[in-house]
Amino acid sequence: MTGKPWKGRIVIVGASLAGLRAAETLRDEGFTGPLTLVGEEPHLPYDRPPLSKQVLLGRTRATEIGLPRRRDVDARWKLGVRAGAIDPIEKKVILADGELLPFDRLLIATGTRARPWPDPVEARLDGVLTLRTSDDAAQLAERLDAGPRRVLVIGAGFTGSEIASACRERGLEVTVAERGPSPLVGALGGALGAFAAKLQRAHGVDLRCGVTVTSLKGRDGRLTGAEFSDGSRIEADVAVVALGAVRNTEWLAGSGLAAGPRGVACDAGCRAFNMYGIVTDDVFVAGDVARFPHPLFEYQMLALEHWGNAVAQAEVAAHNMVSTGPHRRPHLAVPAFWSSQFGLNIKSIGVPTFSDHVVIAQGSLRERRLVAVYGYRGRITAAVTVNRAKWLEHYQYLIETAAPFPPESGAADRPDSAASVPSDVPDPQLLSHGPTVALTGHLPDRRLTLVRHEPTPTAAHRR
Amino acid sequence: MQIVVDLNRCQAYAQCAFLAPQVFELHGEEALMFTPTVPDDQHEHVRRAAAACPVQAILVGERAGP
Repeated sequence: MTGKPWKGRIVIVGASLAGLRAAETLRDEGFTGPLTLVGEEPHLPYDRPPLSKQVLLGRTRATEIGLPRRRDVDARWKLGVRAGAIDPIEKKVILADGELLPFDRLLIATGTRARPWPDPVEARLDGVLTLRTSDDAAQLAERLDAGPRRVLVIGAGFTGSEIASACRERGLEVTVAERGPSPLVGALGGALGAFAAKLQRAHGVDLRCGVTVTSLKGRDGRLTGAEFSDGSRIEADVAVVALGAVRNTEWLAGSGLAAGPRGVACDAGCRAFNMYGIVTDDVFVAGDVARFPHPLFEYQMLALEHWGNAVAQAEVAAHNMVSTGPHRRPHLAVPAFWSSQFGLNIKSIGVPTFSDHVVIAQGSLRERRLVAVYGYRGRITAAVTVNRAKWLEHYQYLIETAAPFPPESGAADRPDSAASVPSDVPDPQLLSHGPTVALTGHLPDRRLTLVRHEPTPTAAHRR
Repeated sequence: MQIVVDLNRCQAYAQCAFLAPQVFELHGEEALMFTPTVPDDQHEHVRRAAAACPVQAILVGERAGP
């Protein structure tokens, strides 16, 4: 913070990664006023990425994934309570337990929840689970410990693929059902999608693409199996619904903010827009629930379900909450994520779905060690590495400087790396898994809508 | 003691896996797995690992919360 310290009351709704890092940044910036953190889950803030990895492998208990703090935040914590609404005139958050929290500045960091199985009766069958919270992971880990005969994973995005990987590593039989043409295709496009399909099958996954689960079967309230759209059936004791995430915005319905299934729209400085497209000055947004314009991607509104974005955006939001106009900063971080599955480290920088072509610049699919570089209209927009993480920084620089695509050949590159192919980013309507990056803007040369409307995804999945 | 690793930043130099092998482990060639709640007898090893990390990706601290 520069100049005189801002005085007032701050409420942060959402006490996970983004909410926590925002609170710490506020104090780092010199904010000394009253600070309240509201969290729906009863738990202290915890780290979600291990839920689908260490926890499912039985290496770490779901209760032992707490986040370290960077500093004391000297805040009032309201955990285990949902925020029910905002009174935008009186500037109060109304909690589900009836308490009113007056604020001068508000940060919305309510994140996402797992998209449930669309049939509520089938969803209640014993053995049908989702994976988003530590409670979910504890339940699923317990089920895997019990040695089910077969696990069904519905949806082959990153979460579904990591669950399948953990199952195979534990020696469990697993079937993965994906409506799209391959796993991970929604995030990485056709070439790496085909790679992921081969990888899963090589590790013994019964991968079924181009099919949907038409019904989950049960007896005496317990899951017994599933039926697919191609008429086939399997027996399974556990089904994990990995259909992507739903943004937690329902509580903002009466707030007058630009909030909906795509998230809460905000400007590059994390200030929320109201429903008329006018930027607010006292309500800020960060993390998975935010959609914001990114200059590297033609100012399209991005919604990122990424760990790194939650941290970086929370820091910018917090800084701007206690700073005056000219001292405010834009959120310009280049999107990045990682996934580990089937023994491989998959990392991404940029937005692979913001592309028309892709080239394997280093390594090869066969070696399972590679760098794929994505381009859009002749400039580099993303890179994905498989077991080549050290190269990402180089490509980040190329993305930030809008370097030409295809990239110039370097010493580490394949001699024949010039051959780029269409990146084959599918319309997400065709997928079971929700995209973890949503481009919600308009690409002039393509009819591209990368966020699905409620309740299409679940309905589409069952068609 | 609680830790988290910024795996966007991690480049699998594996210094942590040598210095605190009970807490950090490479899964395959590059994927790092860590134990978020550090056992009492590993604190010193973890501090050394965090200091040695070439990309400074390891955050060590008390568990966040009230």
